Amino acid sequence: MASQTAHPFAKPRSARVWVERGLTAVCFLCALATIFVSAFILYTLIVESADFFRAIPLREFFGSPNWNPLMKDGEYGIRALITGTMMIAVGSAVVGVPVGLMIAIYLSEYARPAVRKIAKPALELLAGIPSVVYGYFGLTVVTPLLKMINPAITTYNAFSGSIVVGIMILPLVASLSEDAIASVPRATREAAYGLGASKAEVSLTVVLKAASSGIIASILLAISRAIGETMAVTLAAGMTPTSNIDFTKAIGTMTAYFVEVSSGDVPRFGPQYTSIFAVGLVMFLLTFGMNLLSRRLVRRIQRFG
Amino acid sequence: MISDRMPAGRRNFDRFFSFLGMVSIGIGILLLIIVIVGAVKDGIHMVSPDFLTRRLSPTRPERTGVLTPMIGSAYIVGLTILLSVPIGIAAAIYLEELTRPSRIREFIQANVSNLAGVPSIIYGILGLALFVRAFQLGQTVIAAALTMSLLVLPTVILVTREALRMVPKAYREGSIALGATPWQTLFGQILPVAFPNIITGIILSASRAIGESAPLMVIGAATYMRKPPNGLFDGFTVLPIQIYYWSSDSRRGFVEVASAAIFVLMVALLALNFFAMFLRGRARRV
Repeated sequence: MASQTAHPFAKPRSARVWVERGLTAVCFLCALATIFVSAFILYTLIVESADFFRAIPLREFFGSPNWNPLMKDGEYGIRALITGTMMIAVGSAVVGVPVGLMIAIYLSEYARPAVRKIAKPALELLAGIPSVVYGYFGLTVVTPLLKMINPAITTYNAFSGSIVVGIMILPLVASLSEDAIASVPRATREAAYGLGASKAEVSLTVVLKAASSGIIASILLAISRAIGETMAVTLAAGMTPTSNIDFTKAIGTMTAYFVEVSSGDVPRFGPQYTSIFAVGLVMFLLTFGMNLLSRRLVRRIQRFG
Repeated sequence: MISDRMPAGRRNFDRFFSFLGMVSIGIGILLLIIVIVGAVKDGIHMVSPDFLTRRLSPTRPERTGVLTPMIGSAYIVGLTILLSVPIGIAAAIYLEELTRPSRIREFIQANVSNLAGVPSIIYGILGLALFVRAFQLGQTVIAAALTMSLLVLPTVILVTREALRMVPKAYREGSIALGATPWQTLFGQILPVAFPNIITGIILSASRAIGESAPLMVIGAATYMRKPPNGLFDGFTVLPIQIYYWSSDSRRGFVEVASAAIFVLMVALLALNFFAMFLRGRARRV
């Protein structure tokens, strides 16, 4: 009874099958390549840092208040770099988060479509301006303005750095917080309106509370961006690491150290060279932790939302 | 929805809050204008056809041009796109179309989002250790392009996946129901629909790459080049790095050169961004 013709639903056995298997395998390898990138990053940072810590004891790395590796008797106290990075992280958050958050609330709760149509691309463009342009803006526009207010402010200062990085993270906070606010169910808002709350009351109490983990996630991500921010910070805030917290003076962040080392001839051996990787490892762990925490928070909303 | 019976205090607060929101939006738009105008105003008078075609002059700001860094940027960004886009699209196709949810897929996806959050300067450190030192490529165009490729790869994967996800499920189901294989479905139905969005994403990644300078700084851009790079193994400099050097140059006249170069950079970036927005607008209509 069995006929010789192939069953209509049978899989075609031809060269095509092999070609398609081959293509799928290539695509799989490309996806796998991303894991190798992460592995390379971790491997390089850890191996070279291990070399660094053989020369410089952990006690000096975390204990000494000064960072001066390019001097003859180098000092390697990362506290000075972390102080600078944290000043920028906190300063830029103070500048960027309130305005960014307010924009997010306005765009999702109040704005007419016409306003959105202008504001969204404007924010996108603001996010697309290169770091070095913000640096130039800080150095030649923001700092002279600050000097008019307070003549004691130096050419490179943490104030100016915080302001430009704050402007840079503002669009990030605005768009991610807006996503979080938009995912709050309508019914939640309407229940509050039904109880007679005004629009501002609904936004500030019900909506902000419901979206809070998403908003915190967006702030964490923005701070992690500020920690990794390089050219703008270097141009506006300088590269003189110090453990003193003074926003009117020049500071040095971890990222500025990379620029400082790279501007000259990068030393090829010894702790001067491996210090790049030790600082890189600290920065990687800091940003990685924040990004991880941020994603955990976002996933929690998705589960409850 | 302010009711007439609401007490004046609450009503006024509501008005004030809405006003505050409007002011914030205004601040955002104003900042965009102020940053751009503030950054180009000092040097816009220097921009001329001559400025675009002259080589670098290390001593005389009025004689310098941006030809060398522009060629460097074109080389590096072109190569970066060439290297990262095929791999990125293939990886995204695998993750989105060719595999069922599994542990490995979860892991790769989490890894890609992690990579996208790694600060760009860390990629520079990787490039320095891997391409410049271990592979002994030196401080060259190819080492820079390889580093930048690793940097934009996660972004290319994310935007491509986003574009693939926007293709309606019915397209896939219809194609499979007619007996097409997954690859026939991909080439015949999904990619043509997703194409404009993929291109938009890639243009935006490219414009990010054009403005990126921190990782290239770490790899070791040349502080001064007599003539533009002309090959994969030449030294390099790019527009944003020259802007950095000019901005921090204390000699008279170089800050204006930085501003003029910013004008050139911003025109290129805005052109790319508007082109991407235009393509996205067209894609949405389909």
